[in-house]
Amino acid sequence: MNNNPQLNKSGKLQHLLTTEGLPAPILLNILDTAESFVGVTERDVKKVPILRGKSVFNLFFEPSTRTRTTFEIAAKRLSADVVNLNIAASSQSKGETLLDTVNNLSAMHADMFVVRHSQSGAAHLIARHVQPEIHVINAGDGRHAHPTQGLLDVFTIRHYKKDFRNLRVAIVGDILHSRVARSQIHALTTLGVPEVRVIAPKTLLPSKVERLGVRVFHDMAAGLKDVDVLLMLRLQNERMISARLPSKEEYFKYYGLTPEKLALAKPDAIVLHPGPMNRGVEIDSAVADGKQSVILPQVTFGIAVRMAVMSILAGH
Amino acid sequence: MDIAIERGRVIDPNSGVDAVTDIFISAGRIAALGTMPPGFHAHRRINAEDLVVCPGLVDLSARLREPGLEYKATLESEMAAAVSGGVTSLACSPDTDPVLDEPGLVEMLKYRAKSLNQAHVYPIGALTRGLKGEWLTEMAELRDAGCVAFGQADVPLPNTRVLMQAMQYAATFGFVIWLRPQDANLADGGVAHDGEVATRLGLPAIPVCAETLALSNIILMARETGAKVHVCRISSAEGIAMVQAAKRQGLPVTCDVAANHMHLSEMDIGFFDTNCHLIPPLRGLSDRDALRRGLLDGTIDAICSDHAPVDEDAKLLPFGEAAAGATGLELLLPLTLKWQEEMKVPLAAALAKITVEPARILGVNAGHLSSGATADLCVFDPDQYWRVETTVLKSQGKNTPFLGMELQGRVKYTLVNGNVVHEA
Repeated sequence: MNNNPQLNKSGKLQHLLTTEGLPAPILLNILDTAESFVGVTERDVKKVPILRGKSVFNLFFEPSTRTRTTFEIAAKRLSADVVNLNIAASSQSKGETLLDTVNNLSAMHADMFVVRHSQSGAAHLIARHVQPEIHVINAGDGRHAHPTQGLLDVFTIRHYKKDFRNLRVAIVGDILHSRVARSQIHALTTLGVPEVRVIAPKTLLPSKVERLGVRVFHDMAAGLKDVDVLLMLRLQNERMISARLPSKEEYFKYYGLTPEKLALAKPDAIVLHPGPMNRGVEIDSAVADGKQSVILPQVTFGIAVRMAVMSILAGH
Repeated sequence: MDIAIERGRVIDPNSGVDAVTDIFISAGRIAALGTMPPGFHAHRRINAEDLVVCPGLVDLSARLREPGLEYKATLESEMAAAVSGGVTSLACSPDTDPVLDEPGLVEMLKYRAKSLNQAHVYPIGALTRGLKGEWLTEMAELRDAGCVAFGQADVPLPNTRVLMQAMQYAATFGFVIWLRPQDANLADGGVAHDGEVATRLGLPAIPVCAETLALSNIILMARETGAKVHVCRISSAEGIAMVQAAKRQGLPVTCDVAANHMHLSEMDIGFFDTNCHLIPPLRGLSDRDALRRGLLDGTIDAICSDHAPVDEDAKLLPFGEAAAGATGLELLLPLTLKWQEEMKVPLAAALAKITVEPARILGVNAGHLSSGATADLCVFDPDQYWRVETTVLKSQGKNTPFLGMELQGRVKYTLVNGNVVHEA
């Protein structure tokens, strides 16, 4: 096995590709740094000069408005120049390879690449081939990882629950196809959460998922009992009616989060969702908009976490 | 020309000979072992002291990429790779462009290969036209043109009725059908073994039952039709158990494993190493261990190189988009020796898996050192270490999971038809 491709020789973060394999102090440093940026995002003048003169390239090989926007805002609040490239629609369709595209952009003196790609491992591939001074942030690769989402989720959990070491966390929904779930699981287990559960029908669970350090449930009533945190996952449209699921109605009935099911968790349990939500599919509006929902604060914290990652990669 | 290979450790797994002795080659054939035949006059003497002299290796799975796919490799480059790896006979798969489904194409390939005067090439003909899985090829005509067996390479044949009829037709003539067992639907879109690593890396997966389900069909149909079947590149412990059961029932089934799969598992994918993107996928550690044992107990008859050169750019892609396959001809011997050493197998028994056993599966007179046999030989230094590097490999494909590693066992001389075609 190669060395951890995310760390440089002195053990500092060089790229953020996945939450897996990162030591707890590095994760905590990101969370603590993000804490200091929450203040910035609430000020009148929402800018700090940490990335002044640096260029951040958003390379989106897969369309996404929300994630790209939050990275763009984060970079701009750090005073970076931001270039957005929607590559799905340009060079790839002309037959240019991923690495050709990256090499061309490197020649334009990028300092940081924020990459989203439909293939698992795309960010690792880019990180392995860029010049050593360039940093790569994985903004989602296939089913593999979405580390800033996982980090903003643990940031949100810490904000409300303070300590990871006595929590029971349940991740509910399409674990199989979810890069968010994988990033959440690794971040939570590294930070010392004693019990991480996954709840899903068998068609939406990858094989040997328990090897990631989670307890597997197929039944919401059992899985949600005494849970402190519920991490809901988005069910992609194309999976709602397929050989994996018969209908979104049946999915909602058995796995959708309703006030009744939420009542099985601890009374002070919080509910997170990475967005965009399918109301009435994985989550009932009464829960999404209810007092236990922290879905909107997640979005705000997401910017602070992305600022933290960028500033740490830039050496601050 | 008469050649004497002197003082080597001569191992002929077929006859059981394993002794330090001389071997005398005359007129392209093995004239004698031990005692110089009358009238022999050595034009060349090869000092094989501390070297092993064995039959030239026989490889059951080499993609030569000709015709049609010359950007990946050419016949010249891959035949040079073969003899550099000690391989003197090889079976090539029909998945070229165009597919090997017409006698003319087979004759052309045989002619091209023969004119290069290196390893003997034994084409596997396409089982169905264009490998499309619909209509049978003219198997008897193809056999007359030089095909030794028929198969689908890695192209699925999902229609069980076509498969059954292909077996019946092949059984009519006694032809052997070569199949790599994989259910097309269960494997669709998958790039890695359905296990812990694919789960961690978020890679679309191929479950073991994709292999066992297909294998079950193949075995049941072989019993029904009486067709002889060769199972290519088995990958799972459960698959091996099924082959073992079929053999115990007396069915005419043989089986091979790819050299990479005896040593590697899903764990070797690490952080998306595309050199480990192989077909079939590298499976779990317990599967790998079962493959190593299956070879030992004879369930698996032979080791193949699964030689599949791909161009470098095709590996510089995200794992799921990268081309599958690895170069293998030059690694067949060292990877076999690695298994032999790690499993404490007698050298002769290990060499049988890459000489006489694959020759028997191919149905060709090769892989042994009997007096009068074609002088195809491999002379190697069992103790020499060498580093697998792009500059060392003769194959046009430079991709192997073993790149950068030191392997033991280096071919010093390769002889085909009594001619020295490689020396290092």
